[in-house]
Amino acid sequence: MYGLGILKGLSVTLKHFVNTYVDDIKWGFAKRYTPEALLVRQSAEARGVFTVQYPEEVLLPQERFRFVPFLVYEGTDEDRQYRCTACGICAKACPPQCIWIVRAKDPETGKPLRRPAEFYVDIDICMNCGSCAEYCPFDAIQMDHDFELADHDRETAHIHDLQRLGKPVEYYAKIRPTYYAAEQEAKAAKAARAAKAKAARRKDK
Amino acid sequence: MNEQVAESEGVQLDAAVGSVEQASQALREAFPGKVRPDEREGYEGVIVDADALVDAALFLRDQLGFRYLSSVTGVDYANDGLLESVYHAYGAESGALVFKVQVGCGNPEIPSLVSVWPSANFQERESYDMYGIRYAGHPNLQRILTWEGFAGHPMRKDWREPYYEEEHKPFKTRHPDGGVFRAEDRNPFGRNVQYSPGFDPAKWEDIAQSAVYDGLMREVKEEGLQTETITVNVGPQHPSTHGVLRVVVVLDGETVVDLMPVLGYLHRNHEKIGERCTFPQIIPYTDRLDYICSMSNGLGYVLAVEKLIGIQPPERAEYIRVIMAELTRIVNHLMAIGFLWNDVGAYFTPVIYAFNERELILDLFEMVSGSRMMCNYMRVGGVFEDLPAGWMEKARALVYDRLPRFVDEFHRLLSENEIWRSRSMGVGILPAEQAVAMGASGPLLRASGVPYDIRRVEPYSIYDRFDFDVVVRHNADVYDRFLVRMEEMRQSLRILRQAMNQIPAGPVQTGKKNWTMKVPAGEAYHRIEAPKGELGFYLVSDGGSNPWRYHVRSTSMINLTPLAEMCRGHKIADVVVILGSIDITLGEVDR
Amino acid sequence: MTDELTHPNIPVPEDLKGTVTLATWEKFYNWCRARSVWPMFFGLACCAFEMIAMATSRFDFARFGMEVMRASPRQADLMIVAGTVTKKMAPQVVRLYNQMAEPRYVVSMGACANGGGPFKEGYSVVSGIDKLIPVDVYVPGCPPTPQALLHGFVTLHKMIENTKYKDMIWYHNRGQGEEFAIPVLGPDIFDPRQIPLIQSEAAKTPVAANDSE
Repeated sequence: MYGLGILKGLSVTLKHFVNTYVDDIKWGFAKRYTPEALLVRQSAEARGVFTVQYPEEVLLPQERFRFVPFLVYEGTDEDRQYRCTACGICAKACPPQCIWIVRAKDPETGKPLRRPAEFYVDIDICMNCGSCAEYCPFDAIQMDHDFELADHDRETAHIHDLQRLGKPVEYYAKIRPTYYAAEQEAKAAKAARAAKAKAARRKDK
Repeated sequence: MNEQVAESEGVQLDAAVGSVEQASQALREAFPGKVRPDEREGYEGVIVDADALVDAALFLRDQLGFRYLSSVTGVDYANDGLLESVYHAYGAESGALVFKVQVGCGNPEIPSLVSVWPSANFQERESYDMYGIRYAGHPNLQRILTWEGFAGHPMRKDWREPYYEEEHKPFKTRHPDGGVFRAEDRNPFGRNVQYSPGFDPAKWEDIAQSAVYDGLMREVKEEGLQTETITVNVGPQHPSTHGVLRVVVVLDGETVVDLMPVLGYLHRNHEKIGERCTFPQIIPYTDRLDYICSMSNGLGYVLAVEKLIGIQPPERAEYIRVIMAELTRIVNHLMAIGFLWNDVGAYFTPVIYAFNERELILDLFEMVSGSRMMCNYMRVGGVFEDLPAGWMEKARALVYDRLPRFVDEFHRLLSENEIWRSRSMGVGILPAEQAVAMGASGPLLRASGVPYDIRRVEPYSIYDRFDFDVVVRHNADVYDRFLVRMEEMRQSLRILRQAMNQIPAGPVQTGKKNWTMKVPAGEAYHRIEAPKGELGFYLVSDGGSNPWRYHVRSTSMINLTPLAEMCRGHKIADVVVILGSIDITLGEVDR
Repeated sequence: MTDELTHPNIPVPEDLKGTVTLATWEKFYNWCRARSVWPMFFGLACCAFEMIAMATSRFDFARFGMEVMRASPRQADLMIVAGTVTKKMAPQVVRLYNQMAEPRYVVSMGACANGGGPFKEGYSVVSGIDKLIPVDVYVPGCPPTPQALLHGFVTLHKMIENTKYKDMIWYHNRGQGEEFAIPVLGPDIFDPRQIPLIQSEAAKTPVAANDSE
């Protein structure tokens, strides 16, 4: 019969329509927008309403998510100990070359120091590829999760300097827990190895 | 809906006579003194004299069965003062026969091969645009990616862009001192522009637009009522051109008399930037070629580099690559079908349903690579990182349960719709012979009854281990292309299930990852069966850390070659449907 | 919903809260305007797909009253410059902007539209659409995720809500907004506004422009 194909198709859309209400009943109208419900609604289980009610609820990024780089520092906001040693690998590895580093110099001897004096990322060039974080040997530069960066002026706000780029190590631990844990583990193992070697050396003496 | 393998003779690509070596031997014997082997270190194929090119090409096509010309591109060997035009031709079962023509930089002219292989049409225009090689006898030798009137040929080694800093990255200003600057602050105009001395803009005559209309067929009527044709521009801003494609259509009433795609509205100098980058730095740029299928682009590129270096990724990485590539194929086909329906007038419903599933697959990509679209996941000799905890379970839930169900549902929603059938059946017919001659690939070629799938013909990565069908249909119209895509999603799911069952544990990277690497001198061409068709990467290395030549054989652009042929005689409303059925992405068309 | 409109200086009796809202006309007017912005269906490159993703059910920008994307600039209030603006495309982008009716807004989406992005170094990319047309909101990212783009719209809404009557074009009876100069495709693209500068530069530098950096 002519039109049967269309009806068949319409039955699919009808099913989707009904499913949204099934979802409502299943969750209870009030509980549909809780964080637990959001997780289910956004998984392969999703049947009904699929929408994330941004900005009221936010679909949290995955751990590996990357959006413009930031620099990890230890210590407090006033006394920032950047992990960065100004080795420049990130600036070299960056495919669109959007990182500028000025290495600090000893004011007296003029010798280069292992920290940056200035550090810039032009986020109008940055392609969020994550190469800087990937090749950094010190885990000093990382990719951020904060994507809410919209603003009205790019002339002043879109070249991130050292102050703007710096974020505490606690923040890093929060957004990338597995990476941070692995890093700490490696550090502990290294310290243990060093202590063992030290002890062995002492024994030899 | 099951696969139908072409039985009939004639629609298949002719089997090549023997191997590629034998073919090149036969070619040398047929043209003594005119064809000589390419003996440079790391190079393959033969060098043909320009005056014997057309005869040699005809011999290759008709006597040796190389009926598919895959890629045409130029290379500037500035140190030797030579421009080279490189051709890659394939037979049904054979590998690539590479042949080259070399001419001096001063007055580069090479006979055109459009008369032998129409697929050379756009590619020769591109090579003319980028290198200034004139292809004598080309029907419409105009600039294609830049515009008529543009100064210089940008891919030449001595041509420099306005924001030029250095020949190769990394740039010295970035580290350890110098301080930040914006490139526009160093340009006298504050823009990305440069003008030759003495240029007076007030006297400039704008020929960029008028030149486009040359080369279009206009006269239609031989007898009867005399009418005038009208020329209509579809795009570059048009909701149905899938981006910034512009199609110039000559209409007689509502019937298409002639049509020409105008490209270059998204030309982003991918290849020039590629030549500035180190080999691994190109990987994130390849994501932005066909931005729907970033995973397969990356795969094609790293396979080409691996071919040049001669390394193999570990077993687990191979499986991960295949899983990602097949997920990408599903994403691409979902979107292709969704937008095709959008073009027909179903507005957003199929797109929205397709996007729901796409979002779930993108979640998997984000989980594994860190980005939804621009995955930057493939690495030379492996992949970025291993699958994170919990990825496999999520992926299984999709691949085993949700996606098969969805494909069935999609089929129920769309395939039998009478309006859709009447809009798509018998529309945009592309006979098999023409499809092969015009360089069509992917679902477009397979819907024309040619069972040609690179995963089967020339298995790369580990595709020879999987059991899957090459989907072929024979009506060669829009509806068949739609059905081929539907069925290919099922086949992809089949491959995914096998890969997920067989995936071994182990490392995902050979050697140490680095942002730069030395690559031995030579050339390599590697092609993969990307979701849209044959995606090839042609690399020339001079032994340094960045490619001397980096060329992308773009599926989407070459698949546009038969568009005019398919549209002639149809109504204007069918043009968008036929265009949708080709499935192009402008990022890859224009690069 | 109505709370955000309430004027801080006019107290509403306790028992009427949630039912009655006292606001200035300006505020109400802007509130309505902010919630009925129609974007133009206009994608340039990669970002366009994140824009479409934002339009589909997961992020569903219809919740912001944006509802339909208009293919015609005459019916649109908002231009989302989603992707790389190439030199070849720049004249069309400016022409489309000129065709939009006031009040019109531009959201520049992604690194490429903001400032050239990863392709900035190339020869055929305009380094920032704000060189050609005024931009209201910049959304960084490559590409911005749909949520990042939605955040851009939230920013735009705030901007619209804070607009004053007297800043509006119709208030001064100026009719249509400014026409922006459409760039011309010469040997390289040139902006008609820059013709005197180009002429003086051409007279000044006998060396090739390549070496002028």
